[in-house]
Formats: sequence, structure tokens, C-alpha cells
Amino acid sequence: MGSFKLGGMTFGSLFKKPETILYPFEQKPAPAGLKGHVANDAARCILCGICQKCCPADAIVVEKKERTWSIDPFRCVQCGSCVRQCPKHCLTMEPTYTAVATAQSCTVVTVPDPKKEAAAAEATA
Amino acid sequence: MSKATIIPFGPQHPVLPEPLHLDLVVQDETVVDCIPQIGFVHRGLEKLVETRDYNQFIYIAERICGICAMGHSLGYAETVEELMGVEVPKRAEYLRVIWHELSRVHSHLLWLGLAADAFGFESMFMHCWRLRERVLDIFEKTTGGRVILSVVKVGGVVRDIDDAQMREICSVLEGIRGEYTTIMNTLLTDTSVKNRTVGVGYLSQADAVELSMVGPFARASNVAYDVRMFGRGAYGDLSDFKAITDNGGDCFARVKVRCLEVLQSIDIIEELAAKMPAGDIAVDVKGSPADGAQASNVLEQPRGECYYYARGNGTKNLERMRMRTPTSQNLAGMTVALKGCDLADVNMIILTIDPCISCTER
Repeated sequence: MGSFKLGGMTFGSLFKKPETILYPFEQKPAPAGLKGHVANDAARCILCGICQKCCPADAIVVEKKERTWSIDPFRCVQCGSCVRQCPKHCLTMEPTYTAVATAQSCTVVTVPDPKKEAAAAEATA
Repeated sequence: MSKATIIPFGPQHPVLPEPLHLDLVVQDETVVDCIPQIGFVHRGLEKLVETRDYNQFIYIAERICGICAMGHSLGYAETVEELMGVEVPKRAEYLRVIWHELSRVHSHLLWLGLAADAFGFESMFMHCWRLRERVLDIFEKTTGGRVILSVVKVGGVVRDIDDAQMREICSVLEGIRGEYTTIMNTLLTDTSVKNRTVGVGYLSQADAVELSMVGPFARASNVAYDVRMFGRGAYGDLSDFKAITDNGGDCFARVKVRCLEVLQSIDIIEELAAKMPAGDIAVDVKGSPADGAQASNVLEQPRGECYYYARGNGTKNLERMRMRTPTSQNLAGMTVALKGCDLADVNMIILTIDPCISCTER
């Protein structure tokens, strides 16, 4: 008898909104707190390197001399440790996934040097 | 009786996604002995504790197994907190238990779907996984991840669940409860299911105790042992907790115990959501575990008791981290339950024990 009840449930599904979506034509809206990818606001970054130290996957590399902050999205495990530990709150966890890639590459962010910028501003003035 | 033949089962088998290999010694159609062999997914994760500090290792711990991810991060965090004498805020304990019980609901629904599929009950498989999807959606909304949650840290949790989200979780769970009860009653009253499971793969209470079986496997042989009844963390605030047991000892009893545990988990979540205290969700943990300090801990994973042991060496990296997972306990009982069964019943017996080989090998 039990199977008839389940059959009724299955039959009822015919008249309900489908549980599945027609991906990729239709996409589920991402919830606000989704762990998509880590982004860096270069204007606020001070290249302190705390994110590099706390990263469990060694995905972040901070080069102070070259003034670059880079993240390897193929190593990153989206744990959010760097975002929580950033003293300047310049790292954020964006609720979108990175695009599909055909080759592995790092995302490199060049952090502007405030001294050089000030000097350039003075020179133009 | 005819000559004994060895029939290999796994490591790749349509009924079981886990890489478990069994050498089944068969005479006619009866299994007379069973020799399990594991070692196909060993990743050496315990050793990695030497290369990452105690805060970072939590992300490795939760990658031991996809289904028990929340349980492993929770068990590891509790062990390190005990090692360092950290007291976790009450709200964090409640949140941890809510997520852990949700992961039990999702694990049991996943198992029920696979078991139904093994019966040839494909519509039930679809319904179970449809309900499981709602639990994964709750995880996605509250933690940002669907399987690997990364929400527990040493000293608390990293995210809070606000009142509006908690009400939404409770209403989703009420919806799941209604539909799940129909599915469960269908399974437990169906004649063809009973024909395949009642009296199959019997393990007596004495054997279950002697072989140290844990989890639903032991509870189905009437061993009332559930780590949650010790009342650690938020479990201590439950008004009443009683381990679900059955005295059948066969496949049907194991199916029944797991089915009822889903409803029990939903009750626990709803009770804790109503009692949720206000306050912080984490405390700052500074310093390193002392040299020679040791701590151990047990946690009820969806598949049974998991034991954790940690030893410090005065640095940020732990000296040793050891986990004894429920399936490594249950493999011994599985060989006993398989003896004397029909060859056709082997997959049903293994499925109702629900082995997790990724956890076992680490």
C-alpha cells in the first residue's frame, strides 16, 4: 500500500513547479553569503602579508618589492581565513564563482604606491 | 556442498560508490566468509597536521569526507579546544550542533536514496535527493558552501544565523518532515522492501558489543549507545534525548533506525532554534598547545562514534592528530553480518551498514 502513497506524491509532482532548473539558460540566484572567490581592493591594501601567512592552501603570494598581491584560484579553498584576518578589510569574499578557464593562471593585483602617486601628483601640479 | 569460490566485490561496484573491496568466499549461493580490503583512497591526511598550524588544519580535517565534513571539523575543533582549555560561547555551541544535525539529515537522506536505488525503488531515490537538496540550500544560505562548509573554527564559528534565517530553516525543515514521513512510511511498510531486508544480515546484540560496533549499526542490534546522550555542548541542553534503538539486528532494523534518526535530528534542530541564546559566536584563541598536552574527544557522526586524539608539542603545529572513524569500527561487524547470507543480499547488507571508506582511510 505504501508504494501507492509515494505514487501519489510522484503524480502530484507533475502539477508542481519543477525542482530542477534549465541550466545554463536559467541560473539559481546566488545567496548573499556564498563563498565564490576572494577579491582585493588594491586601493586599501598595505601588502602586510597576513593573508599569505594564514592561507592554509598557500594560494596567496604577496610581493612587497613588486607591489603585487596574487591569488591562485586553483589552489584557493574559499575558507575565508584571509578575509577574516585582513587588518584593512580590503579582502572580500564575492558571491560569484570565477569563470571557467582553459589554463591555470593566477589573479594578480598591482597595489599602487602612495608615495609615488603623491610625487606624481606634485609633479603634475 | 560444492567447492568454495572467491568472488571479488568492488572497489568499483554499481551499488556502492565507495572504494571497498571484498573477497567473498562463496559456496553455491551462500557467502561463507568475507575478507575486506581497503587502501584505495588513502591520502595521508593525519600526517599533514605536521605541516599546517592548528587553525589551518581544520580545513584539511573537513576534507576527510564530503558527507561528514561538518562532523570532522567540529570534532577536530572540540579536541583542540580541550587541548588548549578554550571555552566556546554558548551560541557557537548551539550553531555547531544545528549545522551538525543538518548534516546528519543530509547524510541519512543521501543514504536512504542510495538504499532505495539499490532496491530498484528509483522514484524514492529521486524524492530523497530532492529533499536533501533543500538541506544543501540551507547550508548554502547560512554558511556559503554546500558540502564543505568551513564554518567551524577553533574557538567558535565564523558565521551567525539570524532570527529570520532560523525561522526559515525551521519552516523548510517542517516541509521536509511532512514529505519525509510519507517517504519513510512507504519504505517501512512496503512488502518488497521487507522481503529483501527482514532477517537478512543479522548481527546479535552480544556480537555488536563484542565487536565494538558503533552508530546506527549498533543501535539496530539494540545497543543503546549514542555519543549525543553524554550531553556535550548544546546536546546537554536538550530536554530529552534517547538513542533510537531496535532489537531486530537485521537490515530492516538498520533502515528503520536511520529513518527515525532523521526525524530525531529535525526535532533537535527545532528545539535548539527555540532555545538559542544570544551572545558572541567565537572567542579569540591565542598561543600554542603546551608540549606534551593531550586531549581526546568523541563525536556522534552520521555513521556512528568518531574518536579524536590530539597531542601538542609547544608549537603552532600539533605533534599528532588521530581519528578513529565509525566505519573502521563497523567493518569487523560487517564481515560477521555477511557470513551465511545469500550472494544477492551482499549489496543490501553493505548498504545498510553505510560504510564511508574515505573517512576510514583518511
